[in-house]
Amino acid sequence: MSDSQGPIWEVFVQKKAGQPFVHCGSLHAFDKEMALQNARDLYTRRNEGMSLWVVPSAAITASSPEDIGSFFEPANDKVYRHPTFYQIPDAIGHM
Amino acid sequence: MENKNFEDVFEAKLAKNEMVEPKDWMPENYRKHLIRQISQHAHSEIVGMLPEGNWITRAPSLRAKKVLLAKVQDEGGHGLYLYTAAETLGTSRDELLDALHTGKAKYSSIFNYPTLTWADIGAIGWLVDGAAIMNQVMLQRTSYGPYARAMVRICKEESFHQRQGYEIMTHLSFGTKEQKEMAQDALNRWWFPTLMMFGPPDAESPNSENAIKWRIKRETNDQLRQRFVNQTVAQIEYLGLNLPDAGLQWNEAKQGYDYSEPNWVEFKNVISGNGPCNKERLAARNASHKNGEWVRAAAAAYAKKHAEPFMAA
Repeated sequence: MSDSQGPIWEVFVQKKAGQPFVHCGSLHAFDKEMALQNARDLYTRRNEGMSLWVVPSAAITASSPEDIGSFFEPANDKVYRHPTFYQIPDAIGHM
Repeated sequence: MENKNFEDVFEAKLAKNEMVEPKDWMPENYRKHLIRQISQHAHSEIVGMLPEGNWITRAPSLRAKKVLLAKVQDEGGHGLYLYTAAETLGTSRDELLDALHTGKAKYSSIFNYPTLTWADIGAIGWLVDGAAIMNQVMLQRTSYGPYARAMVRICKEESFHQRQGYEIMTHLSFGTKEQKEMAQDALNRWWFPTLMMFGPPDAESPNSENAIKWRIKRETNDQLRQRFVNQTVAQIEYLGLNLPDAGLQWNEAKQGYDYSEPNWVEFKNVISGNGPCNKERLAARNASHKNGEWVRAAAAAYAKKHAEPFMAA
């Protein structure tokens, strides 16, 4: 939703190089440079990150909670995708 | 027709202590309650910048000035986290700010008291932020996801606020006779208004029942107030100050202090706009918003001029 404060942006922060970017919140800004500067001032005042992403909220497509059952159902009956499904002889130790 | 089913899912989620997220179905009253509570909380952070901002130019040292600037900046940030949390419920920033500026929305009564001396800055950090933390620690586990996540960030940042306030109080309390008197005077003026921050007694709190039922709050106003008193008495004793309540007494049976209730008539007056600084606070907020209008207009015009095809959509 856009209003006199500009559109909403979602902010993702990477704590240290090598770690995943994690969503930390959102903010209003008029363009991407301002969004990035606002994100720095708002979400990294205490060295919370070394890298930031800002994404217009409107650009995000999300799964809907009502479809949660059927949408994620394909993963439910495939225990063979997990290592614990397989039996390995004790004699060989850790694999 | 499907509402019953949705409501069951919602209730089951609360029963399992799971969080409700923006796209989940929720009862309309739950949504309204949250918008009211979160926006009041946001407004309190923003208006809360004013009484402390009053002392930035007169802080007694460069260190004190840096600390106070950082604290006031944090409060602004907290307001912004909370506004965006409220906006996930289908309201807009413009609507929220408009409600504040027209006096339709409420904010914490405490910020309608004046900051007369430097000791008030100590008392606010120590007592007012201390009381806010007590409430906010509970809200880290509130049932609405975006609100809970904002609270986690806020709690991490607030603990410096309380400590810096107590540090100011120790300097004054162990300083000259005049400084100690200034500390005592601040405590005398802030004690009861701080107790009011937890809201009216449970028996007279119109919104408490739903808040507990929906797990928005997990403890009642009186429970939190009692915990605050229990925790703060020893801190006052350490400073060698007198607690301005003749009725304070240790109660062995409840393992807590008995204390006098604040003046609830005064509370109602301040909430409904007749506190010492209500008009001043609202005028300052309105002036600030109005003075920033050309900045927003310029930023919007600049963004429009430089819009890329994707963003122009």
